[in-house]
Amino acid sequence: MDYRTVLTTCTYCGCGCNFFLEVLDGEPIGTIPCKTTPANKGKLCIKGWNVHEFVRNDKRLKRPLVRKNGQLEEVSWDEAITFAATKLKEIKEANGPDSIGFLTSAKVSNEENYLLQKFARAAVGTNSVDHCARL
Amino acid sequence: MIDTIRQRAKELLESGEIKGFLGLAEKYGHIAPHLFSDADELDMLCLGDNNSPGDARYPLTKYLTNIAKAYPEDTFGILVRGCDERALTTLYTWNQLSPNKVVTVGFACPQVLADACECAIPYPAEIVAGDKAEGRENRCVAEVDALVLTDRFSYWMDEFVKCIKCYGCSNICPMCFCNDCSLKCDELVKSGELPPEIPVFHHTRAMHMVGRCIDCGLCEEACPSGIPLRTLYKKVNSVLDEQFDYRTGEKRGKRSPLNMLDT
Repeated sequence: MDYRTVLTTCTYCGCGCNFFLEVLDGEPIGTIPCKTTPANKGKLCIKGWNVHEFVRNDKRLKRPLVRKNGQLEEVSWDEAITFAATKLKEIKEANGPDSIGFLTSAKVSNEENYLLQKFARAAVGTNSVDHCARL
Repeated sequence: MIDTIRQRAKELLESGEIKGFLGLAEKYGHIAPHLFSDADELDMLCLGDNNSPGDARYPLTKYLTNIAKAYPEDTFGILVRGCDERALTTLYTWNQLSPNKVVTVGFACPQVLADACECAIPYPAEIVAGDKAEGRENRCVAEVDALVLTDRFSYWMDEFVKCIKCYGCSNICPMCFCNDCSLKCDELVKSGELPPEIPVFHHTRAMHMVGRCIDCGLCEEACPSGIPLRTLYKKVNSVLDEQFDYRTGEKRGKRSPLNMLDT
């Protein structure tokens, strides 16, 4: 048997609540809010309390997908990134940088959010950046 | 104190009497519930004292129930305070755990924690370490009871209105093991609606804590809104004590008077 309590950070928003995932024989079976962490001090919201339930959800995206002939198909990271980069370049050249907008996420880190706005402003050349918390 | 507990857990693990010892460990810079399967790991063992005694307690009996369900043939050791033992006693009574598959390593809470918890019996029956502190009466209940009825009602409604319906009180509770939870029953608590209807949500849970709550106080510690849940459940249990001389978790096999329709 293998029972572990694994410290991790909630991916639902930017608060950074810490909890232990209760993992029995490799399967997450529960969420235990960490009491010694300054962000949440043993408390969680309803989403955080149920994190263990989505870890193995079938609907979770695990591989990059590209729509081909109307169907989403699994592709390699290289292909997905090349596809996105090529399309972004084409759109920018055809319609200008302000024809592109970027929506970033509460589920990624502060640093990743910083990188996305930097990419939008410096690489693409638009100030159209927003965040899912305002949707 | 910790060395005595560590020694006892070591003996149990090395003798093969237990398959694992469920306690608390200092790991990743935090205090965490941990299943010790090897005596060498016991250096990490701690008692759940972070900034003050017992401020990093976890419902270990709840996790033991999860483990025992998957491994019913194995015997496990568990670190227990007075409240954890009351939880075990109640879990045995409700057939959630088998007493002959559990070995306790008990220690007494210090007086400062017994005072803060207003705990009636701040120690388990068998103590490996620690000196017994004196039990305390529930002053928090008496304070609310002293209010006149309208003020008392306002006091509770003002507390309940803060609820964000996180279900933390139920999720952390070692006594919440029902397959069908009334708090998730649409007739009582509408799914997906916020804020929860008050006082129905809290009264539903309070009613289910009668004769079930073992007064560990973890619900109140888990509440993001600071609702004095422990006071509420102390109150409902005090009614059983006064009317039926029943105190939850004190005697193994003794069911709450509200659960004796079959006798």
